[in-house]
Amino acid sequence: MRISVDFTICADHGQCAIAAPDIFRMDDEGHLAFAEYPDDARRSEAEDAADACPEQAITIID
Amino acid sequence: MAHPSTAGHVVIAGAGLGGLRAAEQLRAAGHAGPLTVIGAEPHLPYNRPPLSKELLAHELPGAGPGGSANGQDGNAQRGIGQRGNGETATAELAVLHERIAFRRRASVADVGFRLGTAIVAADLDGRRLSLGDGATVGFDGLVVATGLRPRRLGVPGPAGPGSGRHVIRTLDDCLELRADLRAQLQSPRAPRVVVVGGGFVGCEVACTVSALGCDVTVIEPAGPPMLRVLGDELATAIQRHHERAGIRFLTGVSVLAYTGLGHTGLGHAPLDHTALDLTGPDHARGRRVTGVVVGDSAEPGGTEPAATDIPGGPISGGPALAGAVLPADIVVEAVGSVPNTEWLAGTGLDISDGVLVDNSLAAIPGTTSTAAGGTLVVAVGDVARFPNPLFDDIPRRVEHWSMPTDTARRAAATLVGRLAGAVEDTGPFGPIPSFWSDQGELRLQSFGSPALADDIRLAEGDPGEPRAGLLAEYYRGGRNVGSVAVNLPPSRQRELRAALAAATATAV
Repeated sequence: MRISVDFTICADHGQCAIAAPDIFRMDDEGHLAFAEYPDDARRSEAEDAADACPEQAITIID
Repeated sequence: MAHPSTAGHVVIAGAGLGGLRAAEQLRAAGHAGPLTVIGAEPHLPYNRPPLSKELLAHELPGAGPGGSANGQDGNAQRGIGQRGNGETATAELAVLHERIAFRRRASVADVGFRLGTAIVAADLDGRRLSLGDGATVGFDGLVVATGLRPRRLGVPGPAGPGSGRHVIRTLDDCLELRADLRAQLQSPRAPRVVVVGGGFVGCEVACTVSALGCDVTVIEPAGPPMLRVLGDELATAIQRHHERAGIRFLTGVSVLAYTGLGHTGLGHAPLDHTALDLTGPDHARGRRVTGVVVGDSAEPGGTEPAATDIPGGPISGGPALAGAVLPADIVVEAVGSVPNTEWLAGTGLDISDGVLVDNSLAAIPGTTSTAAGGTLVVAVGDVARFPNPLFDDIPRRVEHWSMPTDTARRAAATLVGRLAGAVEDTGPFGPIPSFWSDQGELRLQSFGSPALADDIRLAEGDPGEPRAGLLAEYYRGGRNVGSVAVNLPPSRQRELRAALAAATATAV
């Protein structure tokens, strides 16, 4: 599983970091940082984060 | 999760975010039977929040890179010029829809979408739906996800297509407002936009069109914007901020009527008395709005207005304003929403305000419905009125973007359980409400239910400078029930949400 974030539309709302804190976090500058290849066991969390993104900027690639 | 695999035809009424999430969650919960999503709009599910913000401004004259969701991506945007013919409008619709369409999970690739057709009646006992096109659709389980539509002001004046009066709920609404803005922005004079309603959507639209160069006035009878949710101190601080950014607020007054083209020319001149015959046939459809007649909010539709011009600058309301006419080239009404539940009339379900459901999102059968009819209906999203044990046992509708996703998960588990004949006890459903609102330079982020508070404390920041960051905490009976952060770093959100989760956890 690979996570892709479209940074041209990401607006740093941070909802993904609430939904899947083990994959996404907001750094001290308020910008998104994330694990590109999370463990497959975290699939459900990753989907929750993609669902929660207000800009729908997160794609999960198998 | 060890859910049983269920068959049977589940119909999802509504093709918005809630309908899509319901389909995905039904599959995730083990439903293997056919799924049909029926939507009144002709479009596949799309994301609504951008309609009042980046999508509204996208590539309009005056929109900088910041006014667009994506200033760098030139590819998909070619063809959205300044022409206004039908072909271009169709191309624009396709391009804009593509920008906000939800991706659909592979698990829902086989879901049938019947779009552009509203459901007009339901027979829950017979398990049949009647559609607007005359078709009948049977079901074994039903998900109500028909959402809301904008409330409209029933005041005299021009109305309907071409009148310059707009709402923002659907992609089509957004396109109509964009077309009007595009035409008005060609004028050498800044278009005068009046936003009726100072809630979250009204404020977002006001900020968006102000950034495009429009001269914007927000009319709100209740007081400072977003007052009911934010409370006076924060609402006033945000109003002052928006005023400094050039948006005028007219508070404490209501809209009595709209004036139309032919009465006041371009709307600059004071009205003569004949112009205020607001009930005559001259206000038939097809006429264009030129002004907004405002009056004391304590007397909606009260005394005959006397013509007065409204001077520029911030104005506080009061009787002196009664009958004043605010010139307007475009009006956007953002005065709340009405649940789309008329099609459930006569089913026995309680549709007095959305669909009344229990904490598992199952519709509560009414006195005239059989148990069999009622128990196979669940509701999701902003149309579902459910009790949230984080706060109390009072069922409420929640019009937040996070709610369709949260409720769809629970509703799907409930429906699959009922279809399998095994009702699972999955514990109380207590989602933490959450919303954000982007308004110009301000970003509001809320957790919990601030509107329930009886005590509001400004915990951080200077109300004179919301841009630098504010935090308000909301209490009811001494217990924290919500927080609203303005321009705080997103890295603070987990902490704010966790604090609220801890404070409300004892109630579950």
